[in-house]
Amino acid sequence: MKVDHALIERVAKNARLELSGDEEEEFLPQFQEILDAIKKLDEITVVGVEPALQPVDLSPNLREDKIRPSFSQEISLANTKHKKDGYFKGPRTM
Amino acid sequence: MARKSTTEQKNASVAEFVKAVHDGQIDVVEHTHRVLEECKIVNKEYCYFNVIAEESAIAQAKLIAKNKKGILAGLPMSIKDSICVKGIESTAGSAILKGYVPPFDATCVERLRKAGAIILGKTSQDEFGFGGFSTNVGVGFTIPKNPFDKLRSCGGSSGGAAGLAQKLTVPHVALGESTGGSIVNPASFCGVVGLCPTYGRVSRYGLIDYGSSLDKVGPIGKTVADVAVTLKVLAGFDEKESTTATVAVDDYSKFVGKDVKSLNVGIVKEGFGEGTDPAVERSVWAAIKRLESAGVNCKEISLKIPIEYGIPTYYIIAPSEASTNLAKLCGLRYGAEEKIEGDFNSYFSQVRARHFGKEAKRRILLGTFTRMAGYRDAYYVKATKVRRLIIDDYKKVFKKFDALISPTVAILPPRFDEIAKLTPAQSYMIDALTVGPNLAGLPHLNMPVGASRGLPIGAMLTADHFNEGKLLQLGAALE
Repeated sequence: MKVDHALIERVAKNARLELSGDEEEEFLPQFQEILDAIKKLDEITVVGVEPALQPVDLSPNLREDKIRPSFSQEISLANTKHKKDGYFKGPRTM
Repeated sequence: MARKSTTEQKNASVAEFVKAVHDGQIDVVEHTHRVLEECKIVNKEYCYFNVIAEESAIAQAKLIAKNKKGILAGLPMSIKDSICVKGIESTAGSAILKGYVPPFDATCVERLRKAGAIILGKTSQDEFGFGGFSTNVGVGFTIPKNPFDKLRSCGGSSGGAAGLAQKLTVPHVALGESTGGSIVNPASFCGVVGLCPTYGRVSRYGLIDYGSSLDKVGPIGKTVADVAVTLKVLAGFDEKESTTATVAVDDYSKFVGKDVKSLNVGIVKEGFGEGTDPAVERSVWAAIKRLESAGVNCKEISLKIPIEYGIPTYYIIAPSEASTNLAKLCGLRYGAEEKIEGDFNSYFSQVRARHFGKEAKRRILLGTFTRMAGYRDAYYVKATKVRRLIIDDYKKVFKKFDALISPTVAILPPRFDEIAKLTPAQSYMIDALTVGPNLAGLPHLNMPVGASRGLPIGAMLTADHFNEGKLLQLGAALE
């Protein structure tokens, strides 16, 4: 897998991460080195192996879907200055 | 009744300290004041705290003084910064969460408080847990220094927690968190006992997440007995956290001092030889001999897949999960904010660019890449399948053995100037022996087993799922 500027830029765009030119230069060889190291997994065959998405088989213990007391709007909004009329305020989407 | 001074509390175990509190021999408020003073002095030199929560600790101490029944009554505890504490800034060591004050306690913190523990503050760490040296701190944060040599690393990512556990002279237990080795690694470098429990044993509700299929919360302390009593408080099902196990919680303290005769321990062959410091090898072998003298059957075994393929598997799965978990951090609702300008894509991208540190950016990029269309099967899906092989390998071994032993980290704590020369891929190798148990969700324990050139050496014991008791039993035999 060859890492080039186009790939780094595409990944950064998907990750919503603006990279400076210097960062891109710095990350490119590092990214390449990491992917080369990861290539070691090519040595292993995994045909017929089930993926492990959790390390322990835990049946999900979900509580009953009933409304319970929760944070007030005031507490929920306490950590932001971007709010208006009891709602979070964000950048425009269109 | 005669009051005990703080000096008399030095070297006391948690159980002795709590008993003295129960018996009215310790003035909890006065003691907490003194501990906070010590924390401030230690912090100036070693940078173990992101926040010292003086006011709330004293307020809590006053409450405990009136009702001191809990099994951790009056015990000063520190909390890794990635674990939410109500009313205290909790940032996971990241500038993007600067200013975030959780309106709730993580379940583990809630349980500690109910047991009477006093929260001293939030300990320093690699940003979000992204590192093995605690040098990848967020923008504007300080790097914790090794308690034995300030020019060296505490290990990571729970570096502040382990450093403080070593340095404080009074009874204290630190809460750490491990995704790929972040409890045992710093415990090893700081010469303390660190226990990473089974995945699902301790609730992660309120943990600022790194890798959801990997994260575990666990105690770091001076002795096996101290972490055992703390684990009892932390462990158990939490209805707020769907991955907590309903498996019964053991009385972990009962395992401390229990005879280890006839237990079977596998010596992980790949943990020795090339790449391992000879001083580390000598100390771990000496520990094995001590177990054998106590009647433990020790036998060399091979764990080729977990050790050889653990690092690449971990460095695909962990960043994949991190990159999705960190997607919620975008300058809205909490944490760092900027003036809202432009559309959401440009606002999010700018905030994230400004406030994430370099290693966080690298892992977000890597994890985004390994999940992207066209690459997902070759990287992420493949890694989850190798993870299955790793789990199966351990499970096979635990049919014959009660526990495994190896060095925790192959080297002595390195100097900061040596760490600075490593490329990211080289620095990831520090996790070589710890990622296996973490990928497989197995409980593992660091035991201090020696020293070389004045620096501590740790051995790692690993057991099957929910067998924390056996680890504590064997660990105590090494004290």
